[in-house]
Amino acid sequence: MYTTDLRTAEEKAAAEKAGLKLAENPESIAELEEIFQARIDADEYIEPKDWMPDGYRKTLTRQISQHAHSEIIGMFPEGNWVTRAPTLMRKLILIAKIQDEAGHGLYLYSAAETLGTSRAEMVDQLLSGKAKFSTIFNYPTMNWADIGTVGWLVDGAAITNQIPLCRCSYGPYARAMVRVCKEESFHQRQGYEALLAMAKGTDAQRKMIQDAFDRMFWPSLMMFGPPDSDSMHLSQNTIWKIKRFSNDELRQRFVDATIPQAQHLGITIPEGIVFNEETGHWDFPDLDWDEFWAVVKGDGVCSSNRMDARRKAVDDGAWVREAATAYAEKQAQKSSAA
Amino acid sequence: MDNDWDLYEVFVRSKRGLSHKHCGSVHAADSKMAIENARDLYTRRSEGESIWVIRAADITASDPAEGDALFGPAADKVYRHPTFYEIPDEVGKM
Repeated sequence: MYTTDLRTAEEKAAAEKAGLKLAENPESIAELEEIFQARIDADEYIEPKDWMPDGYRKTLTRQISQHAHSEIIGMFPEGNWVTRAPTLMRKLILIAKIQDEAGHGLYLYSAAETLGTSRAEMVDQLLSGKAKFSTIFNYPTMNWADIGTVGWLVDGAAITNQIPLCRCSYGPYARAMVRVCKEESFHQRQGYEALLAMAKGTDAQRKMIQDAFDRMFWPSLMMFGPPDSDSMHLSQNTIWKIKRFSNDELRQRFVDATIPQAQHLGITIPEGIVFNEETGHWDFPDLDWDEFWAVVKGDGVCSSNRMDARRKAVDDGAWVREAATAYAEKQAQKSSAA
Repeated sequence: MDNDWDLYEVFVRSKRGLSHKHCGSVHAADSKMAIENARDLYTRRSEGESIWVIRAADITASDPAEGDALFGPAADKVYRHPTFYEIPDEVGKM
């Protein structure tokens, strides 16, 4: 799926030397940038060994690794519910979904690695708190309706975001997204179906659905990122075809798809969300961006809890990795001795 | 975190009769673990019945900067394609 940077150490050193020479020679950089942009304008993909501007490499490394971290951290809110799933079938489904999230994290780390940053370095950036992950995972999952709602809304928003990324200009990222989107459809559908089952149940269960929706709908809209008016990355990322639709466009698309689904579940639509006959879209009020930025900065309800859980998982697994390394070394020695 | 294990490229054959196709990469301590990791990562939905793994470091790849020199010579040889030749309709399908 990815095709890693397969250059040998000598090739890499040579390229770096050439790059330094280029830096002294702005004309040839301009020429390379022209070739690069022409390729993007022609809807061709950029592959790992191609020349690319530093900014493109940096922005993609940040975006893809952040995306990978989100998949990994996203396992925690759901993992808490494996032992409390209401039936054996729901438990199996939940485990399968969580395993997919781990897989998605790994596809994405591999894609990011092709840009030249090692996996270990990216993991360290997450553990040290330097790297960010999606704000949505800083919210708690308090009951079973929350788990259904995560599948429906959180995975639903993720899919809306990810479908255009399947055509993003960077080949390895686009290929990872194709695979992720294919698998994620199950996540959204199982969540919605879990809520449908509750909607057909008791009044108390219907109340749980409403409560989960009221809490999680707004944070799920924030998953699309800040409004277009103050996004820093928008224009350059659009020129580079990393981003094909703006945050607000994708947010609107998600709202339009979601409200009828909510109505079907019998959810009371919050005040301020009204269908606009003229535009054919659902209007919705401004979001609480102060809350968004507070969560980005690590003030979410579960922020420290998620990071503690992730660090503990890495620490607890250290002895397994050490043992596996030692075993592999021993086997290699044995086979070279034989 | 500790250093990364070696990177392996993964090739999966979806069914007998087809060739193995590159589908991604995994880190592993050795090739046996690479197969196990690839099984977990790339065949969760019965996408394959056979897996190849190879250390990424052991692959030699062509350089995209030399693309023209490598692949250019094929570009002007249209006569290698059957559509280059005009056969009269009366002759029928050929």
